[in-house]
Amino acid sequence: MSVFGDVPLAPPVAVFKLSADFREDGHPQKVNLGVGAYRTDDCQPWVLPVVKKVERLIVEDAGLNHEYLPILGLPEFRSASSKVALGDGSAAIKDGRVGGVQALGGTGALRIGAEFLRRWYNGVNNTATPVYVSAPTWENHNSVFADAGFKDIRPYHYWDAAKRGLDLAGLLDDLEKAPEHSVFVLHACAHNPTGTDPTREEWKQISEIMKRRSLFVFFDSAYQGFASGDLDKDAWAIRYFVSEGFELFIAQSFSKNFGLYNERVGYLTVVARDSENLSRTLSQMEKIVRTTWSNPPSQGARIVSKTLNCPELFAEWKSNVKTMADRVLLMRDQLKAKLQALGTPGTWDHITQQIGMFSFTGLNPKQVEYMIAEKHVYLMASGRINMCGLTTSNIDYIAQSIHDAVTKVPQCRS
Amino acid sequence: MSTPGSRCNDKVVKQNGDPGDHLSVFTNTQTPAGSAKARLMFAFKKDTDTRKAYLAGREYYSEEGTTFELRLVQKIKQQQSADPTSRPGYPSSLGVREFIRRATEVALGKSSRAVVEDRVLGVQTPGFTAAVRLGAELLRHWYAVRTVWCGPVYLSSPCDDSLAGIFQAAGIQDIPSAHYPTGAALSQNQWAQIANVIMRRRLFPFFLLPPQALCYGDLEQGVWPVRYCASQGMELLCAQSFSHCFGLYGEAVGHLLCVLKQKSLLFPMESQADRIVRLLWAQPSAGGACVVATVLGNPAHLVEWKEEVKRIVERCMLIREILRERLRLLGTPGCWDHLTQQGGLYCFTGLNGEQVDFLSKKRHVYLLPDGCLNVSAINSRNLDNIVESIHLALTTSD
Repeated sequence: MSVFGDVPLAPPVAVFKLSADFREDGHPQKVNLGVGAYRTDDCQPWVLPVVKKVERLIVEDAGLNHEYLPILGLPEFRSASSKVALGDGSAAIKDGRVGGVQALGGTGALRIGAEFLRRWYNGVNNTATPVYVSAPTWENHNSVFADAGFKDIRPYHYWDAAKRGLDLAGLLDDLEKAPEHSVFVLHACAHNPTGTDPTREEWKQISEIMKRRSLFVFFDSAYQGFASGDLDKDAWAIRYFVSEGFELFIAQSFSKNFGLYNERVGYLTVVARDSENLSRTLSQMEKIVRTTWSNPPSQGARIVSKTLNCPELFAEWKSNVKTMADRVLLMRDQLKAKLQALGTPGTWDHITQQIGMFSFTGLNPKQVEYMIAEKHVYLMASGRINMCGLTTSNIDYIAQSIHDAVTKVPQCRS
Repeated sequence: MSTPGSRCNDKVVKQNGDPGDHLSVFTNTQTPAGSAKARLMFAFKKDTDTRKAYLAGREYYSEEGTTFELRLVQKIKQQQSADPTSRPGYPSSLGVREFIRRATEVALGKSSRAVVEDRVLGVQTPGFTAAVRLGAELLRHWYAVRTVWCGPVYLSSPCDDSLAGIFQAAGIQDIPSAHYPTGAALSQNQWAQIANVIMRRRLFPFFLLPPQALCYGDLEQGVWPVRYCASQGMELLCAQSFSHCFGLYGEAVGHLLCVLKQKSLLFPMESQADRIVRLLWAQPSAGGACVVATVLGNPAHLVEWKEEVKRIVERCMLIREILRERLRLLGTPGCWDHLTQQGGLYCFTGLNGEQVDFLSKKRHVYLLPDGCLNVSAINSRNLDNIVESIHLALTTSD
């Protein structure tokens, strides 16, 4: 009798199941618009030229120390990561009240932040503190906070399906009604999966309520640079909140903007009221890391830190990031143009209004099924597509497929 | 402790705008007691004595006093960085397949029945701690799930002070310590006896393979009990570290093995491990594991690795010999044979707490609190001072 005899099969992760189905599909024109990773116009993963260069420099560096990294991570990486999020001239950094923890990707950063908040925020070990995540959001948000011990995870209004945009009234209402000290997970830019971000004015309104009601700000920043092609523009919301005096967390991922998906490079930036609170917070985070992975992997952090800390490499990286962002913007423009040219019913402005890797097309589940089954175009049941999956070779086929889905499959939503 | 943050608040609040609350949200965060290791390192860093020596590190140090990369590892890294086909994007959450295969082979052997019958779950993890954490999470969520099991988990005494913390972090509170002979390796007979008791009493073994293969020159150091239990048809967990064997300290290369009774359990267990991983670190980092897989999968590389490691092992043995001989010549009280009877990176000196303290405070020589020292940190430049210091520790009466 096995001690694991009653273990049930865990439900498959939708996006990976989609990729698996895609791989099995033998159709010559099949397209995968599911997974959230950048692809070139040849539909290949892209190793950023600056990354290749830096990797070689690292491999050839005879003076490199091969010791375990400190638990909180590579020091040069830590300071560079905070700077890239908060900006070079950040007053908070100058005040010595910004620090952080190197983590295994954005997921690792979220987890450490969640574990800390569960233990030390709003009391001690208060698992009842409500945690709000956007509706919809990246499917892991819910589970990361749940596994960290939070019992009350709630959605906040975000996506308005009818108008295909931000449900600002609903969002603001949720902020007003949330219990004080609730945690809110905000997407810094390029919201996943909707691609719809608040405007600067809307962010100001969000900030005003959060400040007044003492709500905790936890930014998820996985796409800095990737959204508009400009690092500073993409960090506007984060920097605004910091300038408004918030104490907050930022879970940063360098997977997408450095193309370092498999090196697991992430960072949790902590902005505290002062250095004393910061150091106590970091000391507790260190304890948490000690029982999770103990020492973070060095390779990815070295690449990022070398790049961010050297002006020429930094400039080269920014231009690589802009290359990726520009290709996405081009595909957005072209897809919208082609749908309009085809006379596809409905408006398609949201394709170019949305930002970042993903677009919420507005296709309903039946239409999505049609796309997959009949057209071999794979996308998420929510209608989310990864713009990086579009190329100059397949965009006509995709536009035609969407057109067919919309015209042949009823619009009615359940 | 009253709210320490509030005193410093005022100037910061005025500078940056007042969120309407004078206390930091982190006010209730306590300062944790530092680990003994951390305090030691801190004291060492502050120490200005030119002859100070740190003998409490975990890594292997060369004669020049630096951690270094195995030539073979450096070669492979260069090859991999020049390879235009490498870069698959997000790897599987369970890790690099080839690495898992090799890591499993190291622990269970190529012809293990469990492997042949396809009832072994292997997961690459970012380091040894992460492997233990994953194992703890699997037990917490899925061990004897119908009985709502939540402990006890017995740990040997003594053991690494963070071990209990890992199980607690996974949600298991009931953690008693069991007796285990210090530093001594058990014979095969003794292990067989232990295994039989485990089987008879339906206990569950979680093996932690000592991450020191680099200094034993033997990747299969400590695997006999794992293989024996598997051959008896037992279920078990086993955490492995490869960072040490290959000097890949910064790269966090670990592995968790789970041997199951039936093949039908593999898929469910894999899916649950996958789920837990996705919420902790999502995927492990690829680099180090690819290097390890390359070495383990290539007989020529393995030979080259063994050669390099042999030199490391010999150096460690030599240092132990020299240490023993020098202490003998000085007439240092006590018998020092145990220095050369043991092997590996760490040497248990037998010095007590007071003597260890004397060494760090008066002689600027830093050992681990239990009297263990890292032999590789001893070199021709600091040997004299270290030997003399140990001698003084044992002859100076307080």
